[in-house]
Amino acid sequence: MPDFIQPPDPEGFRRWNRDHKDMRLRRKVMSEREAVKRFIKSGDYLGFELYGTVRCPLSVVREIVRQGPRRLRLAGQGLMDVDFLLAAGLVESMDITYVGYEAYGLSPILRRSVESGSLHLTEWSNAALAWRFKAAAMGVPFLPARSMLGTDTFSYSNAKSITDPFTGLKVALLPALTVDCGVVHVHRADIYGNCQLDGISGFALEMARASKRLIVSAEHIIETEEILKRPEKTAIPFYLVDAVVHAPFGSHPGETCYLYARDEPHIKSYLESAKSAQGMRQYLDRYVYGVESHRDYLDLIGLRRLRHLVRERGR
Amino acid sequence: MSERYSAIEMLVCLSARQMKGRSTVFIGTGMPMLAAALAKRLYAPELLPVFEFGGVGSTLDKLPLGVGESRTFQRAFAALGICDVMETAQRGLIHDGFLGGAQIDPYGNLNTTVIGPYSRPKARLPGSGGGNDVGSLCWRTIILMRHEKQRFVPKLDFLTTPGYLDGPGARERAGLPAETGPHRVITDLGVFDFEPRGKRMRLISLNPGVRLRDVEASTGFPFPVSRRLARNSAPTRLELETLREKVDPGRVFLA
Repeated sequence: MPDFIQPPDPEGFRRWNRDHKDMRLRRKVMSEREAVKRFIKSGDYLGFELYGTVRCPLSVVREIVRQGPRRLRLAGQGLMDVDFLLAAGLVESMDITYVGYEAYGLSPILRRSVESGSLHLTEWSNAALAWRFKAAAMGVPFLPARSMLGTDTFSYSNAKSITDPFTGLKVALLPALTVDCGVVHVHRADIYGNCQLDGISGFALEMARASKRLIVSAEHIIETEEILKRPEKTAIPFYLVDAVVHAPFGSHPGETCYLYARDEPHIKSYLESAKSAQGMRQYLDRYVYGVESHRDYLDLIGLRRLRHLVRERGR
Repeated sequence: MSERYSAIEMLVCLSARQMKGRSTVFIGTGMPMLAAALAKRLYAPELLPVFEFGGVGSTLDKLPLGVGESRTFQRAFAALGICDVMETAQRGLIHDGFLGGAQIDPYGNLNTTVIGPYSRPKARLPGSGGGNDVGSLCWRTIILMRHEKQRFVPKLDFLTTPGYLDGPGARERAGLPAETGPHRVITDLGVFDFEPRGKRMRLISLNPGVRLRDVEASTGFPFPVSRRLARNSAPTRLELETLREKVDPGRVFLA
């Protein structure tokens, strides 16, 4: 069994929540730059939700690349989020479930990182990773599951199997996964961090509750009155959140459902660039290092393109 | 009536025919999406496609490019989350899972993790994603594969997703849910089921123009052949037109 990248620590997480989480209502709106500076440090274990091309907090990811914290550890369900950080040389290890572009093929960046031996990986399935967040969210050290058993995915993970004392069935035990800083992109948040999301919820609810620190980027900042009218829509309540970043088109070149579509030409040309290390450097130079803020990035993409993506939504 | 068609088109049409009369299908990325979209238009309008990030019951009017994309819940009955969908499979509500893979072995185990040794791979592939969960938790797994010798191997470089593991009873011994496992392997050359006793894949039908020795030459291990070896019909004009003009007009997968 490989060493834990982030060992389960339910007692430590309880103490953290007691000592560091602020239950008071206070304004948390800040820029990507301030949020990353305050809440992400070298050596941190990070998680992003949803992933790569779908409601992904890429404006925050680009800011992390610019600030360049080192030796990051990641929960690796991702595409461009993981790839940008890998290509920038900021990642030491990853609990991986899937890094790839589905219809558009493999990730050339993941390939280069792994095949050169510079990245330490531990394998999981998608459900296993989501249930690990759920265990941390529940405050328990592990959850039993009936997946992963009998495979190399299991052998190369940190899961264990035991015989259930009640039924005699053999089950996999998935260790709780707490992230040092989680980053989630949502449709709407108020200034205190009450968040609403539309469409599929991926693993947002579980990871938000498994995060020691949580940065939320939101397409729209809404009045708290809107939250109070429909409290059942609050998927992530304010007391879980440390920073609220206003990031319209924050998931570009990915999509945010009902608001804007994936930027297919951009994603295809990005993947073309990513085929070589030099091409990837040029991409990062232009779209990440070459801009100072998300606002600059949107200027670079251009209003015409963004309006087009809004029209393309749902088509 | 025969029209020219590609290997992928043959494979997708065969897979769509497998979805006739089916209810809940867990859809993996790639060819399973095409097959489900075709089946929903031609063979199984009530098919309920389930996607791992939470989409349940999309019309699939537009082909999703990924399993979390908004088209996986376009005009759908529910947009849930990954835990909810996976737990639905774990409690036995999802009948069939449709998956692809880079390598398959005689027991229907799949590799989507690495080619070559794990510590120094020749190629790093994406990883399990939801594949392992679908292969573990659905009642039956239906596997879609391009039929090439380097993909049909006696031993996988990495066992990502469970088929029958190393033979009869192995899934139950490992703790996987009872009465589950691979049901069919559909390829561009033919269709396999699994021998009830040995749990090894067995050829049950050949695609048009394909001879038994073609399959043998493209398979890296010996396999039993059904005594009633059937012949699959070529894609019909309706299937091909629907696939090319309605399902994937942008040729994202068919290219």
